[in-house]
Amino acid sequence: MYPSRPKHLALWQIRLPLPGVVSIMHRVSGAALFVVIPFLLYALEGSLSSAERYAAFKACIAQPLVKLFLLGVLWAFLHHACAGVRYLLMDVHVGVDLPAARLSAKLVLVVSLLLTALIGALSW
Amino acid sequence: MVNRHLTGAHYGLRDWLVQRLTAVVILFYAAAMIAFLLLAVGVSFEGWKALFSLVWVKVLTTVSMLALLWHAWIGMRDIWMDYIKPAGVRIAMHTLTALWLIGSLVYMIKVVWGAQ
Repeated sequence: MYPSRPKHLALWQIRLPLPGVVSIMHRVSGAALFVVIPFLLYALEGSLSSAERYAAFKACIAQPLVKLFLLGVLWAFLHHACAGVRYLLMDVHVGVDLPAARLSAKLVLVVSLLLTALIGALSW
Repeated sequence: MVNRHLTGAHYGLRDWLVQRLTAVVILFYAAAMIAFLLLAVGVSFEGWKALFSLVWVKVLTTVSMLALLWHAWIGMRDIWMDYIKPAGVRIAMHTLTALWLIGSLVYMIKVVWGAQ
């Protein structure tokens, strides 16, 4: 049927469209969240165990690098959640045509970043 | 000839649906927890501990964590199925993923229900 395939694709000229970017970020953020599950449980355990460890926990998350890491986790979660809501809506046939899908992909990127900034700012 | 693979059979619509239903559970729990954390910025240790000593909070946390772990299992399994071609490596990754999640489950029960 296609005797000359595969073509030599100019991969450096092919740009992943925005919905594709959101899609792969959904996967990457999901995998990252999978990895951090036990560490977040460890943080929960520490914060619940004693007043001393709660204070140590608060001091720990006040460090810039830890804050940055937690902001990253928060962003991963919020991106994953926003993109997930987008997919749930598509499952019920909301926004499945191309212009709407492109717009909602943009919205996912913007809203998850804004929410990360907002929650980050409010929590310290 | 139907070419069935060891790691390719039995999953489909059920997991697709479970992934979505668990997502909704996680969304509600996370929204409630984020709202509490924002409203209770600077909450004392006693207040934080009191929240997690309530049985219904423990139950909701446990149910939501079960949803999360199940959701993570389906998602991670899909990732391995999409990108890892050799069946042996893929089964190994599935196994490690399952162990990671089961370990998290046991640890979660200890943290949420453990001695206060």
